[in-house]
Amino acid sequence: MTAFDDHDGRKAPAALASQDLSSPAMRPMPFALSRRNALRAGIGIVGATLVPGIGHMGLAYADDKPAIGTWPAGSQGSSVFIGAAVPLTGTYAVQGEDERKGLELAVEHINTNNPLMKALAPKINNGVLGKKVELLVADSAAKPNQAVQAEQTFINQNKVVLMFGSTSSAVAVALNKFAQREKILYMAGISGSNDTTGKDCVRYGFRQGFYGETAANAIGPVLLAQFGKNRKAAFMTPDYTYGHTTTKSVADYLTEKGGWTVVTNQVSPLGTQDFSQYLTNIGNSGAEFLINVNWGRDAVLSTQQAKQFGIIPKMTLVVPYQIPFLAKEVGPDLTAGVFAATDFWWTLEDKYPLAKMFVESFQKKYGYRPEWGAENAYVSLGHWARMVTEAGTFYPPDVIKQFEKGETIPSLLGDVHYRPQDHQLVRPVILVRGKAKKDMKNDEDFWEVIGIVPGDKLMQAPDAFGCKLGDYT
Amino acid sequence: MINWSNFIAQCFNGLVLGALLALISSGLTIIYGTLGVLNLAHGAMFMLGGYAGWVAYTYTGSFLVAVAAGALFVMLVGLVTERLIIRHFYARPPEDQLLVTFGLGIVFVETVRFFFGSLSKTVPPPSLLTGITNLGFMVYPTYRLGLLGIVSVALLALYFVLYRTRIGMIVRAGIEDSVMVDSLGINVYRVFMLVFGIGSMAAGFAGIVNAPVVSIAPDVGDAILVQTFVVVVIGGVGSFTGAILGGLIAGEIVSITSMFNPAYSYVMLFIAMTLVLVLRPYGLLGSAGRE
Repeated sequence: MTAFDDHDGRKAPAALASQDLSSPAMRPMPFALSRRNALRAGIGIVGATLVPGIGHMGLAYADDKPAIGTWPAGSQGSSVFIGAAVPLTGTYAVQGEDERKGLELAVEHINTNNPLMKALAPKINNGVLGKKVELLVADSAAKPNQAVQAEQTFINQNKVVLMFGSTSSAVAVALNKFAQREKILYMAGISGSNDTTGKDCVRYGFRQGFYGETAANAIGPVLLAQFGKNRKAAFMTPDYTYGHTTTKSVADYLTEKGGWTVVTNQVSPLGTQDFSQYLTNIGNSGAEFLINVNWGRDAVLSTQQAKQFGIIPKMTLVVPYQIPFLAKEVGPDLTAGVFAATDFWWTLEDKYPLAKMFVESFQKKYGYRPEWGAENAYVSLGHWARMVTEAGTFYPPDVIKQFEKGETIPSLLGDVHYRPQDHQLVRPVILVRGKAKKDMKNDEDFWEVIGIVPGDKLMQAPDAFGCKLGDYT
Repeated sequence: MINWSNFIAQCFNGLVLGALLALISSGLTIIYGTLGVLNLAHGAMFMLGGYAGWVAYTYTGSFLVAVAAGALFVMLVGLVTERLIIRHFYARPPEDQLLVTFGLGIVFVETVRFFFGSLSKTVPPPSLLTGITNLGFMVYPTYRLGLLGIVSVALLALYFVLYRTRIGMIVRAGIEDSVMVDSLGINVYRVFMLVFGIGSMAAGFAGIVNAPVVSIAPDVGDAILVQTFVVVVIGGVGSFTGAILGGLIAGEIVSITSMFNPAYSYVMLFIAMTLVLVLRPYGLLGSAGRE
């Protein structure tokens, strides 16, 4: 329904409010009002009252630093707001909902001094720097324009101090640029594109999760060891930055290190439902491996339909960038024996105490074991809370510099650190293999962890993908 | 260099996709032709058919019951929606009709999401149609072959109702000139309600028979809605045969283009639509005088 996006009623008030706030002189005169202008003026007035102190921002705060972004206005009340734009509808709705729950749990834990959150951010004290943290969530539908509009609303109405979200690197890249322009911190959430901390990196953006290049370098050696050299692979790629960069990273590894051949790469638009034409091309390609880079519902449908066409099990399925809930949706018959790289899997609780605490409290609250969308969201907020409390201020350049110290900090998977040059977290990538139904110990025991690969060996040189971070102010 | 076995397989894909699009579009086009309301909730009707069928399948384990439940439930939803909501919009401007049907679509989708969540649901094909069939020149999923037959039968049934029954004659007359039908003493509002019900049923039926191919989720109708519009524009608004022709053309364009470069499949579809709009604004089988 793309044609009607701009008419979505939910966004209109924000856009109007921002116009009216930024240019009070443009408000309609109180005479001869049309109905629409009256409405617009009303929204402007309501919007203005929601933002106390807008007229004397910067003067009221007797700090030696000039106002920047939503600072200091965003942290002058009794609470600070985090604005999240995650997909709650569309192709990535299932994964976005998992992210939302991870955020919700993190905020609850920050405000209640939960021991797990204390481990990630020791200086929280029933909140951050004396402020309660409040979470605002909007549906991005995995569309960049919708995500940016949602965040703009949050900035106008709530002066958010942190933006979060994506699931779709197209959104992450758009919010990266938006964050840099608005000078508001942004944590990317699920984003698999090399570009997010590569050519589209920004000073104000950070990424906790793994991505195409680290996934490729983690899973590549396993594939070569398992299946040998000089094999033939078909790729399925979603047509945007995540798909293209991840396919390139995986294909480069397999061709350069293993002499594999990419016999076809079927590129499909995000939100494809019928994959028959792509699968027909793959069926006629002579490939031995189906490397499916599709994600979310696209991955579910393309995998199910590959089975319908007999491509699975004729070809061996590989999932380089694991999709939360894929195994649950397609069933263990299709994922048994499949190799995948991922950010987190709940059975890691056996090895990492913090992971165990997370899985337990998540399961208690939501009734299922968290996927890596929730883990990624939770840890991202934990790291933000740590950096803000360590810096002792919400002033964004100081928080950024705290991240850029590159100190060793905890995560659910042991010690990690942010790389100052590109703001990418150096963190392990988890390798898993799908379990057969008979080997599953419970109804969520879909994957067996076969490797935990340290992040530093998996990453490209900080400048290899063209990252230039930009200014602090 | 064209790989001919791939080409034939793609033509076949186009046929299956096209038949499905034809069925959904025929529902949309008779509603628009008769009532003059462009039903933006048509994609949601497709989705509702899938869910109603899935619920029935969960309880009975029977594919036939699922298909009947999907079609009939959506027909009922169509009848009730027309009676309670759409009817009050006939005299209002087209923008209002677009808004109310668009809103209805959102309500249907989010209601389903509220009760069933976003995780996709699978309806397995009937045991007779599982597996893969070797056609000699290619192998093809058996259910998709069956789907072609099922949809063809449904289209024939719809054709029979529209062209061989009295009610069909009234509907076709309504498409040409509903004011005249009204002045001939026929209760045109009852016809409108029935047409909305039948048109919705076509989408609901398509929704459940497609469920074994594309597992259902609340958003399953969104993409279909866009393609369906393209089909209606290509075929000609209000033309049942146009919807069938348009569906098959759209299916073939998408499939055959994907052989050369899948990224251009939908671009080609919209180029075709644009060409039709420029060269024959009323569609391939539409006619200029309809209102």
